[in-house]
Amino acid sequence: MATTTTTVPSAGPVAGSRSFVSRLREGDEIARMITFLFAASVVLITLLLVFELWQGSVLSRHKFGFSFFRTSVWDPIFDQFGALPFIYGTLVTAAVSLFIAVPLGIGAAIFLAELAPARLSDALEFFIDLLAAVPSVIYGLLGVFIVVPLMRDFLQPALKNSLGFLPVFQGPAYGFGFLTAGIVLAIMVIPYIISVSREVLLSVPRDQREAALSLGSTRWEATWKVVVPFARGGIMGSIFLALARALGETMAVTMVIGNNPVVSASLFSPGYSIAAIIANELTEATSNLHYQSLIELGLVLFILTFVLNGLARLLIVATSQRGAGMGNA
Amino acid sequence: MSSRLRWRKFLSAFMLTMTGVCALVSVSVLFFILGYLVYHGGTSISWNFFTKLPAPVGEIGGGMANAIVGSGKLLLLATLFGVPIGFLGAIYLAEFSGGTTAFVVRYAADLLNGVPSIVIGIFAYALAVLPFKHFSTLAGGFALGLMMIPITLRSTEEFLRGVPKALREASMALGASKWRTITSVIVPAAYRGILTAILLAFARVAGETAPLLFTAFGNRFWSNGWNQPTASLPAMIYAYAISPYDDWHRQAWAAGLVLLGLILIINIVARAILSRGIAVPRA
Amino acid sequence: MNASVRPAVSVNLPPISTSGVAKDTSAALTMRMTISKVNFFYGTKQTLFDVSLGIATNKVTSLIGPSGCGKSTLLRTLNRMHETVRGARLEGEILLDGQNILAQDVTAHRRRVGMVFQRPNPFPKSIFDNVAYGLRINGSKTPIAEAVEKSLRHAALWDEVKDHLHKSAYELSGGQQQRLCIARALAVEPEVLLLDEPCSALDPISTAKIEELLVQLKDLCTITIVTHNMQQAARVSDFTAFLLTGQLIEFSPTPQLFTTPGDARTEAYITGRFG
Repeated sequence: MATTTTTVPSAGPVAGSRSFVSRLREGDEIARMITFLFAASVVLITLLLVFELWQGSVLSRHKFGFSFFRTSVWDPIFDQFGALPFIYGTLVTAAVSLFIAVPLGIGAAIFLAELAPARLSDALEFFIDLLAAVPSVIYGLLGVFIVVPLMRDFLQPALKNSLGFLPVFQGPAYGFGFLTAGIVLAIMVIPYIISVSREVLLSVPRDQREAALSLGSTRWEATWKVVVPFARGGIMGSIFLALARALGETMAVTMVIGNNPVVSASLFSPGYSIAAIIANELTEATSNLHYQSLIELGLVLFILTFVLNGLARLLIVATSQRGAGMGNA
Repeated sequence: MSSRLRWRKFLSAFMLTMTGVCALVSVSVLFFILGYLVYHGGTSISWNFFTKLPAPVGEIGGGMANAIVGSGKLLLLATLFGVPIGFLGAIYLAEFSGGTTAFVVRYAADLLNGVPSIVIGIFAYALAVLPFKHFSTLAGGFALGLMMIPITLRSTEEFLRGVPKALREASMALGASKWRTITSVIVPAAYRGILTAILLAFARVAGETAPLLFTAFGNRFWSNGWNQPTASLPAMIYAYAISPYDDWHRQAWAAGLVLLGLILIINIVARAILSRGIAVPRA
Repeated sequence: MNASVRPAVSVNLPPISTSGVAKDTSAALTMRMTISKVNFFYGTKQTLFDVSLGIATNKVTSLIGPSGCGKSTLLRTLNRMHETVRGARLEGEILLDGQNILAQDVTAHRRRVGMVFQRPNPFPKSIFDNVAYGLRINGSKTPIAEAVEKSLRHAALWDEVKDHLHKSAYELSGGQQQRLCIARALAVEPEVLLLDEPCSALDPISTAKIEELLVQLKDLCTITIVTHNMQQAARVSDFTAFLLTGQLIEFSPTPQLFTTPGDARTEAYITGRFG
């Protein structure tokens, strides 16, 4: 046999130094092409999804335009569809959930990051991560059988008696409604706030806290006035993540919100959310316009969560970079 | 000590205690949930639950055998669809791709990951149900598989990248082709992490209900083959929980316990594998 | 500043093992802080062994020694920062103006003994708010703006930042940030200022500026500096302590330690035979 030339393949992902044929023979080029196809399919699927949402709502977008967002009437019989009650319900329940979950979550994160010894912190974080793994329908189950009766028999009457002069706490107490959904959502989003905030707080450089302490701060002052502000971007990010989750949540909300398309100032009122109405009506849409209006609602939800998730990521990355690259000497 | 200092110290102790309370409350919720499920679900679990089909409306004694099998089939399909895409896509990202392509693919995966599950359901409905004019297990598997893709992809990519450069270079220097390096060196080195990623993705979609409402839909009987609508545990829990029948409520608790038990066990096992608590037989 | 308000306690320089004490020092000197037989442990591991020395009022004392000799550990006991680490244990006595610092309230103590860290670590706030931080939490008798200006002047930073007080501290250069940290520490009018290798992350010009500053600052407060740069110790300090593997080997007035060291190990270190 004549001389064989051995080309030493280059280390690293760029295979450009070998000939196409040799790469092909060794299977590398095929491997590259096949894996590229799979990777590309991810992009294709995503593009297709956006396309389907956009195309699938063309009728209702053209028919209703922006009034879709201002109208409260949702009438399949007369083919009139207004998204306001669902957008309202989605936003209100999300707001209620954040109102409860943010203080609790940040407080817990501070405890885990600043106070708890490392092993306790890790152990508790483990349990909190498990909480994040509980599926929505199980929260719904607990919501229906535990939270709703609690609300109806204890919490709502108590709120009515003490704060009933506020419009948010008026009206009959059925147990189902915005407040209940908000509380169930709060439980669902707390793990997100805690684990992201905890990580961000742990990444704050030690000497920030030490500098604060060395100026005569109490532990709380050092934590609240220096460490937490340092991490504020990441904490905001965790809140956006939680919000995105709360907005897109379907099952738990559907099971406890009461499925009543109204805009009401009272938190006791049964309401509706975007995800809930899609879940309830998509397969039984009575007309094409009905169907496409539901798709348009899905598009709205998609855009909301897309923006929030994007912002969240930016904030979290920016904060951890700041922690790492401190002290521009 | 000045009174101002006394107040500051009191405030510090108080606020720090409050953070402890927050942590306690948050963690207690988990135990509360588990406790309730074990109590209500445990008392309702029976042999019937696992072996019988749902009884006619209003009658007692039915079970969720079809839902258990249905969930199994859906998850199998989801894994077969979602994992290869995620896994092979990750190999492309970690081993072959340039910066821009990698960025685009990752961005798309993150986007897909953040899509609410109901919207995934809409997408699967439009693609896999409407054109065929019927619900099916395949459509359900497709929807769940879509959700598994981003988790598998991003995690696998991270673990592949985590394999030290030295290992790759050693293999290449011995004359192994890229693909050979990947299959014999890199993937085995990242085996634990990849397995964990798959398990976690599996656990995540095991509990998903919303996408199934429009794809697998539901079935009070056995679902034959892959082209018929099928019952699933999460969908049954939903349907039974909102029904007016006590017996169905009991079954919903039992199903909840089974489902949550499965998910938590998978999560715990996955984390244990990752932290080397469990020895994993090598491929 | 504070020297006139709180009387410093006169204490004889504690006996040092091998080095002779210069003739003119012990009579005229007062000790702002006294460290007596300090032993320090991280868990079961001991890192300081029977260290005793005095920190002279309104003078600069430097702690030198090779990496790991315990100089930073010793410094951090002076403002009780070791208490932020679990498993750290201190035995012995440390006095500030004759009172045992371990018996005082830690928050109040840390206001009296300030610290500047190795890498500049300004808070994520404006320049003004950084300096004002200590004033705001502790309460200040003088208006805050005045006190901030005073501190920035003491830190030789005022002219450079007076028109930019509300900009973020992170827009300053490394050397400026470190002077900002000095200003921040000075704002609460500490009696003692501890500096832990303050110039190690800085360029030579910034280092020179800060060294100049330290010499001027000793009129304001007592200064203790840890440095791995012997030339810096020689330039800046009045007294130098040499530590090796947790023990105090020699403690003398700086010129004496560097020209006629009493211990062979000191001589070996300062001539660069190890480091």
